[in-house]
Amino acid sequence: MAFYVVQFLTGLASAASLFLVASGLSIIFGVTRIVNFAHGAFYMIGAYIAFTLTERFSGAFGFWGGVVVAALAVALIGVLVEMVLLRRIYHAPELFQLLGTFGLTLMVEDLVVLIWGPDDLVGRRAPGFKGAVDFFGQNIPSYDLFLIALGPVVLGVLWLLFQRTRWGVLVRAATQDRDMVAALGVNQKWLFTSVFAVGVFLAALGGALQIPRDAVHHAMDLRIIVEVFVVVVIGGLGSIVGAFVAAVLVSELNAFGILIFPKISIILVFLVMAVVLIVRPWGLFGKPEAAARKTPGLTVNPWRPLTSNERLAALAALVIAATLPLFAGNYALTVGSEIAIFVIFAVSLHFLMSVGGLASFGHAAYFGLGAYGVAFLAKMAGLPMIVCLLLGPLLGCMGAAVFGFFAVQLSGVYFAMLTLAFAQIVWSIAFQWVSVTGGDNGILGVWPASWAASPSHFYWLALGVAALVTVTLRIMVFSPFGYALRATRDSLLRSEAVGINAKRIQWTAFVIAGTTAGIGGALFAYLKGSVFPDNLGISLSVDALVMVLLGGVETVSGGVIGAIVYKALNIWLVSQTDLSKLVLGGFIVLIVVVFPKGIVGMLEMLAQRRRKSSPPGSSLLAKPIESAE
Amino acid sequence: MSVAPPLLAVEGLTKSYGGIHAVRGVSFSLRAGEILALIGPNGAGKSTCFDMLNGQNKPDTGHVRLLGEETTGKKPREIWRMGVGRTFQITATFATMTVRENVQVALISHGKQLFNLWGSAPNVDRGEAGRLLELVGMGGYADRPCGELAYGDLKRLELAIALANDPKLLLMDEPTAGMAPRERVELMRLTAQIAREKSIGVLFTEHDMDVVFEHADRIIVLNRGTLIAEGSPAEVRGNPQVQAIYLGEGLLYEAGHREGASA
Amino acid sequence: MRARNCFVGAAFALLAASVGHSALAEDIKIGEINSYSLLPSFTEPYRKGWQLAVEEINAAGGINGKKLVVVSKDDGGKPADAQTAANELVSSEGVAMLTGTFLSNIGLAVSDFANQKKVFFLAAEPLTDAVTWAKGNKYTFRLRPSNYMQAAMLVEAASKLPAKRWATIAPNYEYGQSAVAVFKKLMSEKRPDIQWVDEQWPPQGKIDAGPVVQAVAQANPEAILNVTFGPDLVKLVREGNTRGLFKGREVVSFLTGEPEYLDPLKEETPEGWIVTGYPWYSIKTPEHDAFLKAYQTKYNDYPRLGSIVGYQTIKAAAAILAKAGSTDTDKMIAAAEGLSMPSPFGEITFRKIDHQSTLGAFVGKTAQKDGKGVMVDFSYKKGADYLPSDAEVEKLRPKD
Repeated sequence: MAFYVVQFLTGLASAASLFLVASGLSIIFGVTRIVNFAHGAFYMIGAYIAFTLTERFSGAFGFWGGVVVAALAVALIGVLVEMVLLRRIYHAPELFQLLGTFGLTLMVEDLVVLIWGPDDLVGRRAPGFKGAVDFFGQNIPSYDLFLIALGPVVLGVLWLLFQRTRWGVLVRAATQDRDMVAALGVNQKWLFTSVFAVGVFLAALGGALQIPRDAVHHAMDLRIIVEVFVVVVIGGLGSIVGAFVAAVLVSELNAFGILIFPKISIILVFLVMAVVLIVRPWGLFGKPEAAARKTPGLTVNPWRPLTSNERLAALAALVIAATLPLFAGNYALTVGSEIAIFVIFAVSLHFLMSVGGLASFGHAAYFGLGAYGVAFLAKMAGLPMIVCLLLGPLLGCMGAAVFGFFAVQLSGVYFAMLTLAFAQIVWSIAFQWVSVTGGDNGILGVWPASWAASPSHFYWLALGVAALVTVTLRIMVFSPFGYALRATRDSLLRSEAVGINAKRIQWTAFVIAGTTAGIGGALFAYLKGSVFPDNLGISLSVDALVMVLLGGVETVSGGVIGAIVYKALNIWLVSQTDLSKLVLGGFIVLIVVVFPKGIVGMLEMLAQRRRKSSPPGSSLLAKPIESAE
Repeated sequence: MSVAPPLLAVEGLTKSYGGIHAVRGVSFSLRAGEILALIGPNGAGKSTCFDMLNGQNKPDTGHVRLLGEETTGKKPREIWRMGVGRTFQITATFATMTVRENVQVALISHGKQLFNLWGSAPNVDRGEAGRLLELVGMGGYADRPCGELAYGDLKRLELAIALANDPKLLLMDEPTAGMAPRERVELMRLTAQIAREKSIGVLFTEHDMDVVFEHADRIIVLNRGTLIAEGSPAEVRGNPQVQAIYLGEGLLYEAGHREGASA
Repeated sequence: MRARNCFVGAAFALLAASVGHSALAEDIKIGEINSYSLLPSFTEPYRKGWQLAVEEINAAGGINGKKLVVVSKDDGGKPADAQTAANELVSSEGVAMLTGTFLSNIGLAVSDFANQKKVFFLAAEPLTDAVTWAKGNKYTFRLRPSNYMQAAMLVEAASKLPAKRWATIAPNYEYGQSAVAVFKKLMSEKRPDIQWVDEQWPPQGKIDAGPVVQAVAQANPEAILNVTFGPDLVKLVREGNTRGLFKGREVVSFLTGEPEYLDPLKEETPEGWIVTGYPWYSIKTPEHDAFLKAYQTKYNDYPRLGSIVGYQTIKAAAAILAKAGSTDTDKMIAAAEGLSMPSPFGEITFRKIDHQSTLGAFVGKTAQKDGKGVMVDFSYKKGADYLPSDAEVEKLRPKD
């Protein structure tokens, strides 16, 4: 019995730090609607700075002072980030801020290694909380007890802050209705800045308090960020109490899960999140989102099919791209194939995200399923390549059909998080079901048949499929179905009122996008000759999001351009420097600030300004393809 | 032969929220080509009543029948398929699409082409969309982005969308809210004209008594969830109970709720 | 527009890189891939190690008179990116062979690439047995002692312990799973009386150490096998120390004696764990002294195990190239098979049968000295002594 009590208390201690970080994220989202991907980075910086301070200044004062000063310092950094970066992009399309904070995260991961060195750092223990307390023969670390007490204290302080201060009232009002606060004449800028500072402070404090328990290292951010998102979503976005309850729930699940299912603890929290979202779409303590800002802040140019001239230009670009094998070497061709495959992947997400308004955070699941589909067919059934290429994507299709059915019941960030949960579940299965998937060692030897083996042949294959997929999806955008899909994105109310079954339309779009991603994955398996759980991991899902956002979520050809730019740059940077994350992150942040509508969005605006009279089209499809190849 | 059922028959509609009766035993009917106004002070239950007609909300008890066919418990989109067009108090349109495309979406849905993945939507019912836009006086705006329209034009566009499925009945929630007085008159005149030409029944709620008394064939008055008066504009105007309610409000219309408009 | 120009620049550079490069005739190029950005704590010393080797080789006249050049690429910890890098090195840089890699899955990905493209690959670090056995191929060689070898070394010591009740803690992925499986198998062969009372599988990099420690303590084992490393190990050790998990229990632990993992523990270092590792401070052999001196002179830093791996990888590559006298893949394979060479740990041989080198590891006990973790009572275990019989290896390895 004592054992279970102690196990429970241990879970509570883990919950405390999780709660600190999650509450910060929740507050920031509630008020600013920013999905702050950099939250984990702030957590990590908090730990690093606290490490430096606590090593430098001895004694209890040095330790606790160091922890608090570190959190304050990081909050200041947060203020700077908010003022310099985020303020410029509050009016950008939804989720664009995600791109900016993602760029920051990339930069921070390299920066901490540059500043603090590559080694794992182990800080000192908290003065006064070094030992353990005996509880019926079980030991409870006294620091755990401190954390257990800290959680409710922070919850209480936050509660008082929100209930008893004018600032808190404004924050709560803004969480419920942003426009209203703006209408009340509140200085929204400073409200946002202060909220961001508080949120970042909490994250950094959470990080700083890890020093006595954890090692400080440059991957801390990724270790916590996903779990924090899970907590925030299970609790309900914007709900502090929800974050607390969910943090306890998740931590206790971990604590007891390892007793019952030691092998599936990774999957457990995501299963719970999926179930919670399916049963309670707004989380345990969340409220249904008020009709969200469906249309982006700026006017959107209605989409048009390409004019015949533009079609010719696109065709010309394709032809030019197809001549690459005449003068480029094998490496360039392989890179070209990889870019073409990522074009397929990006346009599939773009279809779901831009046309359907459904931003999936787990789109790599369907890419990866396509890849695994091919690998299973090729290695287990020994089918020829062409058959595998045709049938492999069906695994992506089936996955999308099952998961999509549940996902489209939700919208906005909840949709995003449910797709993330599904993707993580699929990833965990691939990662841990070693006997079937080979685990993280993957499935090897999925090489193309001889007719496609040479780099030029494979390049033509990939380019051809990419062109076909892009054209097909474009046709769908301007098909009656595409109109219906856009209608559901623009106004659910109106589409329902003209007889459109939005869920079915969105589900269909999800399946189309998933299948298309699966086609990309199938080609990818052959390009690389192997399949790994990475192919359905979070980082690939994020890559896809970045490509779409970078290209321009409000444009028709944004996915194509975003994929070409991002992938080419990424491959080049990784090859040229070990600091590729720093450079790429900086580039993304720059893009976010300079081109808040994405690259294609920006070019369209320029083109529109230049020839005000003629309609804006996506004539831009052509040029960037040329320059990329 | 029994008499043909009325276009819309509402019987004993009741809805309560946590013990508070929002709507209590409301019954009325509507003929084809008739324009019926549903009025009442704030909180009278107009919106609740309206939502039960269009499927947004389910009544606790009571029936709504369209040409004798039950619509209660049906979803808004199913009711639309039975021939009921709608406009909203705060316009709901497809902001990133052109005016024409907005109408085309409704036509595509009406023509059951929603899952047509291969056709060319810009050419689907292009002519019909144009005709509908002409009908509401928006012919010249067909290629404008919907997001750029003035509020009054959005209301017209909504009307065009609502007419796309050849409706038998139009449900218009505060059709003139947020419009300038001159625009109000124009829109209602247009609506009345179309309704009479096509023999469409119109049920609308309205705050602006000028609009109501000028355009409605018949008026029903709700107060605290119950129907307190029904009759021609003249009869209702003379009804002491109605006067009592509205005198309290000074017979003033309220400014439309502008905030959060989708425009 | 700036960003766009930058992008166009990138695209052009890509083109230029693909068209323009060709190896200078008088140089011999070796391609090297590792997870520099993902695992800097291992790869930084590793890089220093191989850079030292390159310097020494070229100072001694290069390879058969030709200068050795190492072209190094980051894989970001992703197998797919490692293959892109491998492709660039082979197709565009024209390297004679590929070397490097740390993570098992990346090692396997590059090994499969090598097999497909018929390129020589010398895997430096990946531990999975599959590299030389189940998924072994003609083109792939490996330097470091495999999972199996390290497990066998540990079992030799562990089986002498009186403990009968054992629990295991291992990261839940292929490396952890196979380490536990091999250890259990070899252990049970030697000690049929052993009971396995609990197993914990924390997710790699995400251990929730408190509950894990608590759960293991509850099973009350007499001894514990640990396979976690890095930040997970730190958390485990800290929680274990605080909660008294290690008191009165024997612990056998993979890799913990390597400076990369032992040094961060400082005063938390547990006493008396049986570990594999690299006690650079106490190895007194002429070969190692020479290496240590050269390394410390060049970098003013002490070597980690990564330094040894990086150094010996390039030394081995050079030895193979020198013996082959050519950059022809088949000739290099023929040269490498059975090739013996000196190393800081003594002479090693690349076995013909499975292309595994006989580089060994140090097995000893952990202790604290001046607030730092060290290995004591250690001895060097030669790799050759901890491999299964040739007949067994034949069965494990697919025919070339």
